[in-house]
Amino acid sequence: MKTEIEPTSTAAGSPSTVRTRSTGRAGDKIFLGLSRGSGIALLVIMAAIAAFLTYRAAIAISKDDANFLTTLEWNTSSSPMRFGIAVLAYGTVVSSIIAMLIAVPIAVGIALFISHYAPRRLAAPVAYVIDLLAAVPSIVYGLWGALFLVPHLTGLYTWFDDYLGWTGILSYQGGAARSLFTVGILLAIMILPIVTSVSREVFRQVPKMHEEAALALGATRWEVIRMAVLPFGRSGIISASMLGLGRALGETMAVATVLSSNFRIEASLLDPGGGTFAQNIASRFKEAGDDGRDALIASGLVLFVVTLLVNGAARMIIARRKEYSGTAA
Amino acid sequence: MAKRIDVSGLTAYYGSHKAIEDISMTVEPRSVTAFIGPSGCGKSTFLRTLNRMHEVTSGGRVEGKVMLDDENLYGSGVDPVSVRRTVGMVFQRPNPFPTMSIFENVAAGLKLNGSYKKSELEGVVEKSLKGANLWNEVKDRLNKPGAGLSGGQQQRLCIARAIAVEPDVLLMDEPCSALDPISTLAIEDLIGELKERFTIVIVTHNMQQAARVSDRTAFFNLAGVGQPGKLIEIDETERIFSNPSVQATEDYISGRFG
Repeated sequence: MKTEIEPTSTAAGSPSTVRTRSTGRAGDKIFLGLSRGSGIALLVIMAAIAAFLTYRAAIAISKDDANFLTTLEWNTSSSPMRFGIAVLAYGTVVSSIIAMLIAVPIAVGIALFISHYAPRRLAAPVAYVIDLLAAVPSIVYGLWGALFLVPHLTGLYTWFDDYLGWTGILSYQGGAARSLFTVGILLAIMILPIVTSVSREVFRQVPKMHEEAALALGATRWEVIRMAVLPFGRSGIISASMLGLGRALGETMAVATVLSSNFRIEASLLDPGGGTFAQNIASRFKEAGDDGRDALIASGLVLFVVTLLVNGAARMIIARRKEYSGTAA
Repeated sequence: MAKRIDVSGLTAYYGSHKAIEDISMTVEPRSVTAFIGPSGCGKSTFLRTLNRMHEVTSGGRVEGKVMLDDENLYGSGVDPVSVRRTVGMVFQRPNPFPTMSIFENVAAGLKLNGSYKKSELEGVVEKSLKGANLWNEVKDRLNKPGAGLSGGQQQRLCIARAIAVEPDVLLMDEPCSALDPISTLAIEDLIGELKERFTIVIVTHNMQQAARVSDRTAFFNLAGVGQPGKLIEIDETERIFSNPSVQATEDYISGRFG
């Protein structure tokens, strides 16, 4: 056999060589154990959270005298309790959609500017400032939203009411602008950094040869971006948006600070009122009794499921385009 | 329409580094001109100055004149984008757009130039794929991704994409260096056919290839590391490979260096 005339190890048989080899193998085993353990731990934690939420939620829902999914009230101190998540689901989804509609185009624009338009000297500071936005605590965003954004949006909302009030969803009756639309704007600013930095990284990874292919056909800078950069970055933009959406759905303090919570579905997005899952839990948790807490946990379970569905949908979109993504083949 | 290229006094820089110096040559229409020379001699850089791709690299700039018939590509007011629409390019590594189908890849250049009816596009795509000797292999799967083809097929797809816009000149930067011998042969045959319609310039590391496909050959060399590359001589391919007028050319071709 060849191995017998292999150098050093067997021929010399020196203990140091043997030891090096065996610790190498032990190292492999330890590392395998650690990484496998981490993977299993993650699954166990996820399962534990899901089991906890489901168990407590089941208790709460069994005591719910109203339809959990469609009821527009939240009364956990009465007996029997009457509570439902319709208002919360509406508020969470609507404010997150508004945030995405505002944030994603701006974030993609900023990311393209940093990766393809800005001179290098400008690109680095701009990227740094955007990343810095992610480090601001959400309660600070909440305070800024409540003290600055809310008073300054009244003018804009009055203008909306004048020209688009006939649509119904953009009418405005006056009063403090503590509405779902304001929350959407605030969430948009909060998810901007994550969407920007993930998109930026993807745009940077576009292979030079794809961009050159477009250039050599006589593409302008914008056409290069349209032919080579955006298609390549498409699944990256989707995952970036989903990361942002995940944050928007679960954002608590900023929403709780800004939103005037009246537990109603307002016809107009601009009128104060509404609620989100996370905001509702944060505002009520302290005062709630045991049953009330279980009810809040039931609403938390719904948020958990919604977030899972959103992520699953994003993965499906990415997987469906895989053979065109440039990473396959 | 194939056009004559007339280069005079062309010098190209990367930042402060001078990559090629004072190159002058004429490339005849409807012929194949091959550039050979050791690595780093600036033959690829020179090729990229012919469609103003050199200046895309950061710090890249060019002095001198490149006349395409009677138009100076570096004249004031000439848009590099329109230059690249008349001087097509095929790269070392096949680079079809990964997100596009075979059909969309070939039609990509046309879509940049304006709007076409679907039937017009279909006609041009078929003609270009036939021109690139790829039609028979892909006609049943035009809507499949271009990245799913073999390397040689991908390179012919890139050639089809380049000729679909009917350029005056076709530049090829080592188009076969990432391909196996059979695919290489297919591309070389194709070059022989394409020179009926286009002016072709090809950079190659493979001297047999230069001898097989080209009518004229230009030899580039550099005096040493960090020195700019220069054109040593350009002549009929047959003469370059049998009886070159410069000793350095003969040394390179006979494998005595480089």
